[in-house]
Amino acid sequence: MTTLTDPPKASFRLSMLIYDTRYRSLTIQAVAMLGFMLLAAWLLNNTLTNLATLGKPIDLGFLGEPASYDINQRLLDYNSRDTHLRASFIGLINTLVVAVLGCITATIVGVLVGVLRLSKNWLVARIMTVYVEMFRNVPVLLWIVLAMAILIESLPAPRAFRGDNPEATMKVFDSVAITNRGVYVPEPLFSNSLGSIHLFGDSSLRFDVSLDLMAILVVLIASIFAVRKVTSRAAHIQETTGVRPKTWHVNLAILFVPMIALLAVLGFHLGYPELKGFNFTGGTHMRNSLIALWLALSLYTAAFIAEIVRGGILAISHGQTEAANALGLRPGKTMRLVILPQALRVIIPPMISNYLNLTKNSSLAIAVGYMDITGTLGGITMNQTGRELECVLMLMGCYLLISLSISMVMNWYNARVALVER
Amino acid sequence: MSDQAFVRTEMLPEKEPPASTVGIVGWLRENLFSGWFNSILTVVALGFIYYVLSGLVPWVFQSVWNADSLNECREIMTETWGSTHGHACWGVVNERWLQLLYGFYPDHLYWRVNLALVLTLVALAPVLFAEQSPRQLWYLTAAYPFLMPWLLWGGSIWGPIMVAAGFAIGYLGYRILVPVAGGLVAIIAAFALPIIWWLFLAGGVAGAIDSVIPIGIEAVESRKFGGFMLAVLLGIVAIGCSLPIGIVLALGRQSDLFIVKTLCVGFIEFIRGVPLITLLFVASLLLNLFLPPGTNFDIILRVMIMMTLFAAAYMAEVIRGGLAALPKGQYEGADSLGLNYWQAQRLIIMPQALKISIPGIVSTFIGIFKDTTLVSIIGLFDVIGLSNAIRADTAWNGIYWELFAFIAFLFFIVCFSMSRYSMYLERKLHTGH
Repeated sequence: MTTLTDPPKASFRLSMLIYDTRYRSLTIQAVAMLGFMLLAAWLLNNTLTNLATLGKPIDLGFLGEPASYDINQRLLDYNSRDTHLRASFIGLINTLVVAVLGCITATIVGVLVGVLRLSKNWLVARIMTVYVEMFRNVPVLLWIVLAMAILIESLPAPRAFRGDNPEATMKVFDSVAITNRGVYVPEPLFSNSLGSIHLFGDSSLRFDVSLDLMAILVVLIASIFAVRKVTSRAAHIQETTGVRPKTWHVNLAILFVPMIALLAVLGFHLGYPELKGFNFTGGTHMRNSLIALWLALSLYTAAFIAEIVRGGILAISHGQTEAANALGLRPGKTMRLVILPQALRVIIPPMISNYLNLTKNSSLAIAVGYMDITGTLGGITMNQTGRELECVLMLMGCYLLISLSISMVMNWYNARVALVER
Repeated sequence: MSDQAFVRTEMLPEKEPPASTVGIVGWLRENLFSGWFNSILTVVALGFIYYVLSGLVPWVFQSVWNADSLNECREIMTETWGSTHGHACWGVVNERWLQLLYGFYPDHLYWRVNLALVLTLVALAPVLFAEQSPRQLWYLTAAYPFLMPWLLWGGSIWGPIMVAAGFAIGYLGYRILVPVAGGLVAIIAAFALPIIWWLFLAGGVAGAIDSVIPIGIEAVESRKFGGFMLAVLLGIVAIGCSLPIGIVLALGRQSDLFIVKTLCVGFIEFIRGVPLITLLFVASLLLNLFLPPGTNFDIILRVMIMMTLFAAAYMAEVIRGGLAALPKGQYEGADSLGLNYWQAQRLIIMPQALKISIPGIVSTFIGIFKDTTLVSIIGLFDVIGLSNAIRADTAWNGIYWELFAFIAFLFFIVCFSMSRYSMYLERKLHTGH
């Protein structure tokens, strides 16, 4: 009879680092780490040597110097005596403005097109297919440059609006002027304004928070809360008594009465653009660069969103619809309660990554002269100060920050809606 | 009891379906006029199509092809149709199309670009249509990475041959050392030998041979590259190099090795988090700073490197999706067969993962190809850069639709055929039910 004994305990040999799977992973990682560190050290050493030769060691001091260039499209106050840091900050705000505007428009257009592409109507579905293929297969930069060219070349100059029998007229009840210098839209004004809070003193990051907007926001949020409360109470009553009380008029009142009252108290009115001399004054001036970028980015991204929406709806198996019909749900409720919640799980993650793409594509603003962060920090500031390394690294940092925040939202959403599997 | 039968004993002949449900009428009723809402949609859509076509068709076809400037175009239009509105001036495309396609490449050497393009298509054939193409074409495909740059940039033929020789040296070294010193040493030698060859020997040997047997064609500088050719060139290089790098990155990201995984995740997320334009800034302004003092290499090569890295990060994410979608049983099956990591990847995992990710891979390709236009921002004269130059020219100042329509058409053709090919490939490789 033989007995099994443990194999003799092998002493560690150097070759085990390569041939023994237990140690091999350590070896590979050590080699990878070493290689990475050598590469990083080599690059860093080269950079420092080169910078020393050029006589410009890394220094962020230039951010405090006056920028001495103008930014014509902006939300916050800025003048050319402000610092480069302030200019970059204004640029960052501009990036976010065009990104938010673009995301909203792209979502609306994209969802519409995506749903229409699934339409039973053959013609409508074909037209939408043409739209999607046209925009997806042509570079976004071309759309941006083309949009800018169309705006500049084909729209009437402000002087065309002058005279008794002008060549061009203002649109939408004489309130919107579309000219080749940009679009003038009415601006909201408050005659009894609450003023604004001035944050961060005189520093480069200073900005004003309008108390009027804050008040409107607070009232809006409070109204929405109240509406939800009323709805949940109605649901509670329905569960106990079986009869659902009518709530729509209450909800409507809660939503609109406080808001209208607040606007009346604040003295809300619109400031219309007017033709004075050779140009329009008053109203909000949206420059061609902003409009072109906004239009092109949203139409381009909308084509992608349309495909995502279409795919998401198609991904829900037909059995779900049939089951909902079997339960006696009406088409509207089937969509709202059965299809959409499942489709959104498929739609939202790629949609968010398209928002991210739109934000990154907004850096193409530099092609039409819209002063976003690429146009300020990565454009004029970089050219003026000659600090390429610092500027490009900071530019990348800004975009990374935006991207990481958006992906955090996405991860949070994914974790929330993840299917719980047994 | 009578034996009356109420049951019919013979079959009735089949009746024709109602005329309103078959043929064109049936199709129209079902697809265009199935209800009042659908009918309204149809009418609106027809109106829209009429509106677009009534503007577009005369614009495209009642147009001026021979003119040297926009003003001349307008004069001809006024003479012929009485107005300048609604007629295209294709004169700009007629005059500049060669420039838009080839950039500033010397015109007596256009044949080299054309030949390179033909070579690209022939070299792609065995990759794209593996079954229908003869096996000998693979040799051409293997030679293509050395032939294409030589055709485009010109110069001595010995440079590309020496670069190719590096690969041969690596392979030979591996073959010779495997029986002598074992697999690991051979693999290390297979990587080390070519690098030593390229860094220290290749240049000298190429120069020496060239001085004895000078074979070469006229050299063309990089700054003469431009137009659509530049987009295609950058696209081919970025697409071709990003796929293998992307596969390696995806495997690294899926790996159990913590440090390897962290490095890959860091690289991928960094590249995906910044816009391509910042990477192009790095290529044009910073890459020379990162390299040893005095290094100064070609701007197009620098752009190619950055675009490849950019594409590789996106490719890695697409392939990771394919890897994640593969059922766990496939990995376990490979393990149970006793395959090692690389065998399992090569024989079991990758073929399936790549197949799943074809749509994503191709849409990344299309994205990369479209993104090549961004090089116009760092001052290269690709199509967009050239269009800006043409519009700034006094002769064509004020033209835009015709120029951009032409450029959009070029991109559309390439991108659309890529997406159609991916659909074909998906159908071909579909092994489900």
